[in-house]
Amino acid sequence: MLKNTENSYGLIAIMFHWLMAISIFSLFGLGLYMVELTYYDAWYKGSLDLHKNIGLTLFVALMLRIVWRVVNVTPKNADESASKIEVKAAHYAHLALYGLMMVLMISGYLISTADGRAIDVFGLLSIPALPIDFANQEDIAGIVHEVLAWSLILISAGHVFAALKHHFINKNNTLVRMVKVLPRK
Amino acid sequence: MKKTLMTTTLATTFLASSLFAIIAPNSALAADYKVDVKGAHAFVQFKIKHLGYSWLLGRFNTFDGDFSYDDKSPNSANINIEIDTKSIDSNHAERDKHLKGKDFLNVSKFPKATFVSNNVKFSDNENAIVTGEFTLKGVTKTISFPVVKIGEGQDPWGGYRAGFSGTTSLKLADYGITYNLGPASTHVEMSLNIEGVRI
Repeated sequence: MLKNTENSYGLIAIMFHWLMAISIFSLFGLGLYMVELTYYDAWYKGSLDLHKNIGLTLFVALMLRIVWRVVNVTPKNADESASKIEVKAAHYAHLALYGLMMVLMISGYLISTADGRAIDVFGLLSIPALPIDFANQEDIAGIVHEVLAWSLILISAGHVFAALKHHFINKNNTLVRMVKVLPRK
Repeated sequence: MKKTLMTTTLATTFLASSLFAIIAPNSALAADYKVDVKGAHAFVQFKIKHLGYSWLLGRFNTFDGDFSYDDKSPNSANINIEIDTKSIDSNHAERDKHLKGKDFLNVSKFPKATFVSNNVKFSDNENAIVTGEFTLKGVTKTISFPVVKIGEGQDPWGGYRAGFSGTTSLKLADYGITYNLGPASTHVEMSLNIEGVRI
């Protein structure tokens, strides 16, 4: 139930997937919104703090998710009729999503810690800056953060459309098995 | 006799020109100074009120300039300063990133701020009013501000230095910076403290 099987994702993988999906889309929306807030908006500071806190929590979740993926079996392709190219494209899209998430979160961290300041997480712990920095770190990390955020959302959108295509057009259980744990065959 | 006179004249000329060469660096003919940015004896700083409750201080780390000044004719002095806007430093990277962005300095479009004087009027040995063209965020305005001469003289390493201090208040909206920082923060105080090494 918790772990993956040959033909289905387990509950933990499913939880990781959806919690991160919701968090990432929320962070994207929050990010777009907060940069438009001005100095006298009550949420000017709070929105940024929340964005950083969710982002750092997501980073921890991503690390755990990667570990979970490595130690678990990966279910077989849901669509046995899929062409090799399709399977490869899906595989690289998934790798790209993982890579983008990781670099995106690191770039966000580098913006906030560019001057050596730590990031406070929900007032509970403080994530220190790296002992090294580079010139114009906040600017470069800022551009990377913005470009990667859009890239992640665009590839995620492709990922969503692919899932919907499998569900409604190919009528296989690609999407279903990411929603509920299927019994072993 | 004739020969002796000629020798004497030559000798005198030689001596005079040697003396002149020695004196020259301190005379009115050489009164050009390079701002000592290499040794960081020059500072471009700003301060602005935060919410009306305190002063926020910052500076520009990269700039360059030169001036000419001669205490024999102080009113012929002039000064040029060029500031690299992306070097703004308020000791907080996130704030600096915001200040460098479109809401404030838009440094990718306007990488330089400059001041070029066109009039210097000393009222006594130390106090002057400098008038010139200040360009910030693509807007050029004529500004006047008081300048104080701090001192001048030989330095211990064989050079000659002179230093000045000046402050002025700039209205942000005059330079296209209209981001609302509150009613107490519509102006920024700029201060220039420079030491020049005579060239």
